Amino acid sequence: MKKKRFDLATLPERSAKGIDERFHASTPLRRMFNKVFPDHWSFMLGEIALYSFIVLLLTGTFLGLFFDPSMEEVKYDGVYTPLKGIEMSKAYESTLDISFEVRGGLIMRQMHHWAALLFMASIVVHMLRVFFTGAFRKPREANWMIGFLLFWLGFMEGLFGYSIPDDGLSGTGLRVINAITQSIPVIGSWAGFALFGGEFPGTVIIPRFYILHVLIFPAIILGLIAAHMGLLVKQKHTQWPGPGRTNKNVVGVRMFPGFAMKGGGFFMITFAVIAAMGGLFQINPIWLFGPYQASVISSASQPDWYVMFLDGIARLWPAWETRFELFGNGYTIPPIFWAAVVLPGVIVNIGLLYPFLEARFTKDKEQHHLLQRPRDTPVRTGLGMMALAFYLVLFASGGNDVIAQHFDISLNAMTWIGRIALLLAPPAAFWISYRIALGLQQHDREVLAHGVETGIIKRAPDGRFYEVHQPLGPVDDHGHGQLEYEGWVVPKKMNRIGALGPAIRGFFSPLEVEDKEARKGKAKELAGKK
Amino acid sequence: MSTQHNDSTFDPDEPHLTRFDLVREGARRDGVEIVHYEPRFAKAGTAAEKRVERTIAFWFMITGLAALAFVVVYVAWPWEYEFGGHLDKWYTPMLGATLGLALFGLGAAQIIWAKRLLPAEVSVQERHDDVDTVEQKLTGATLVNMGQELNVSRRPLLKGAIALGALPLGAAAVVPLGGMIVDPHGHGDPLFHTGFDAKQFNEGKPVRLVREDGTPIRPEDVSVGGQITAFPGVPHGTTNVHADSPTLLIHLRDNDAKLTRENLGRVEVNKGGMWQNFVAYSKICTHLGCPASLYEQQTNRLLCPCHQSQFLITDNAKPIFGPATRRLPMLPIGVDDEGFFYATSDYKVPVGAAFWERP
Ligand code: HEM
Ligand code: FES
Repeated sequence: MKKKRFDLATLPERSAKGIDERFHASTPLRRMFNKVFPDHWSFMLGEIALYSFIVLLLTGTFLGLFFDPSMEEVKYDGVYTPLKGIEMSKAYESTLDISFEVRGGLIMRQMHHWAALLFMASIVVHMLRVFFTGAFRKPREANWMIGFLLFWLGFMEGLFGYSIPDDGLSGTGLRVINAITQSIPVIGSWAGFALFGGEFPGTVIIPRFYILHVLIFPAIILGLIAAHMGLLVKQKHTQWPGPGRTNKNVVGVRMFPGFAMKGGGFFMITFAVIAAMGGLFQINPIWLFGPYQASVISSASQPDWYVMFLDGIARLWPAWETRFELFGNGYTIPPIFWAAVVLPGVIVNIGLLYPFLEARFTKDKEQHHLLQRPRDTPVRTGLGMMALAFYLVLFASGGNDVIAQHFDISLNAMTWIGRIALLLAPPAAFWISYRIALGLQQHDREVLAHGVETGIIKRAPDGRFYEVHQPLGPVDDHGHGQLEYEGWVVPKKMNRIGALGPAIRGFFSPLEVEDKEARKGKAKELAGKK
Repeated sequence: MSTQHNDSTFDPDEPHLTRFDLVREGARRDGVEIVHYEPRFAKAGTAAEKRVERTIAFWFMITGLAALAFVVVYVAWPWEYEFGGHLDKWYTPMLGATLGLALFGLGAAQIIWAKRLLPAEVSVQERHDDVDTVEQKLTGATLVNMGQELNVSRRPLLKGAIALGALPLGAAAVVPLGGMIVDPHGHGDPLFHTGFDAKQFNEGKPVRLVREDGTPIRPEDVSVGGQITAFPGVPHGTTNVHADSPTLLIHLRDNDAKLTRENLGRVEVNKGGMWQNFVAYSKICTHLGCPASLYEQQTNRLLCPCHQSQFLITDNAKPIFGPATRRLPMLPIGVDDEGFFYATSDYKVPVGAAFWERP
């Protein structure tokens, strides 16, 4: 028998067959290829969070090759001369080594930190998008809760991350964490001693935070991200209302190749931005802060931005301490317990349960797949802006000493401004955004009823001037439009309804002329016109 | 998974079917209707299309060049740290710029490809989220049946046995965390003592105030109106082992000292804690434990930079602004025969942030 020749041309087909015979993959695979995704720029915010998390995993793994999470004291003998001979922990020393003695180590550290900031920022903006468009409504409550938890897990993860290099800044943060833990009634000092393995700072907190930072929390975050994505695929994406879009379909492009290619492109661009920032912009220059010493602090020491609101609460919360006596012993509930334990606890719970609370108050049990414009839900928009205002006041107060110094305001005034603003800004934000939402709604309906302003002024025989309005659809006897408002953009300018024709694109010559023939024809046409 | 789209009469081998017919049929079976599908360029190979191709190729080239540059910089650029402004300071920025550009090119190429070359498409997918009540009932029955099969409620002995077995096992799973527990009031009651506790850390001998380098401090070392951070003169006294011990030793001007001395009587534990015009207060903020280290000579206020609590030194370090609720504890001081400062006792109240069992 002749040996069969290996046929390269049919190899893909044959192996595809072989694979399908074993795994029955063709149906699920095609179903995935054909999955339809709606397109809107705001749907990309969550993607940025996902991409920066991948960058965090990559850069973090690199750092883990060199970082030594030990609190053993050593004398520095590295290349960074200003710190030579200084006592420091091995954790701090190895972070210095990553920065100065590992080739490419500094850019990895800086990319890791920038990626962390971007991760948290995109989570927050993504969360706002989901909130203000009502994407959290039934059936997506679980994904809202997962996403909300991801914010807090990311918050903790980042806190652990910048605590472990054991520099001047991170030690201060650890001390604050210790104080907050100890403020819990009854078990506080036991909890603090359990966490730190004794009195602050002890010798175990950095190794413990390290294992939380590189194993436990990343694993939880990864699991939740997987669940988040899984639910997204299962429940399908929400979409904006619009032509052909209903509560029962998804209108968009199929996942492969179009959507996947764009996604891959945006991943690369996110990665590019992080790489460029990591190389070009210094962040957390721990060699300037020195090793942690309990007696030293630089002024304007600020945590990462996503922790600043907590710092803001700590600054604004008045000195309300409860002291009482029981069986001859004195006891204390420090104010920070209310500010940094109870208040965040309340915020987390309200946030987690918001979808259910809203459904309960609006008696809404329907499935929703169409998004709402913020103007159409003035109360929710108002509540969201209220929460945002509360957050922003705390955030700004977390840097109120920097603001005070910059604008030459007294620190005490800044604290009081913050306290008053914390009470006044949220209701003001509610009222203002509520009114704005109603106003925008009103305007949409007006345009639907009376048409688009054309800018053409006419004079009636009786001498009266009036502007011509272009109706958007059929009108009744009074000239009023009969289109219903559909929850989507109402065109308000004439060129939005094709009055001007599209602009010709191209810088020197028009881009859209199809080919040379046509271009020649066009040129002739133009020449003929002269 | 839904199978209602399957059309068993469809024969993919029928000769008149094009490949795109198969694509459409596949999509249809997945509940997807491709309602609009149009190449970006009506005629293939036009100048406009070539132009887009060239743009994409350009970005791929950029990626290649920048990635190459990244590798070259990584390998060849002088990277080892030298003090001062040298070429090595450009190492990290060069890496960032080249890597950023390489990744950006790859991203741009893909996005332009997807937006300008791939066919324009609108597809509609059905959602199918009507609830199938029959399925619900079948699954429900299966679940209830499971319970029936186990039938714990009818077997009280097993119920009890499970409870008795599971609870101790649950406890056994949790107890090992007990390894973390450390008694905060155990060995030396650390919450209530600092490195100035002579009995614990200095064999009962009075503890001197020392500088960061461990040298003791004389009154004449601190100028009038000045201050110095002092540590307990015990082994490891200046390190983080005694993180609650850093103390601010202040040399007050005459009239401030007079005022301070008058006010001292108002706080029982502070009585007799001054030595001439010198006072010593804990540097550990009573709010959350930052070092309160900004001393304003004019007003005799000590400001904590963390959350801006302010303490009035001339009045027993009373908190006068900000979130702190308690005075900074005073370290009672004296000067020994050799002329060095020492603590006449440990701090009389706990140092640092408050906690539950703090009186
Ligand atoms: C599996 C994933 C991760 C690993 C293996 C990892 C690893 C590390 C290591 C070893 C360090 C200390 C070394 C140094 O600072 O130079 C570190 C620092 C840090 N990590 Fe991570 N990390 C991971 C994920 C994350 C995530 C998800 C975040 C943020 C949400 C994060 C935020 C930080 C921050 C802010 C620092 C301090 C960096 C600095 O000081 O410049 N990490 N990480
Ligand atoms: S720690 Fe000093 S004010 Fe908060």
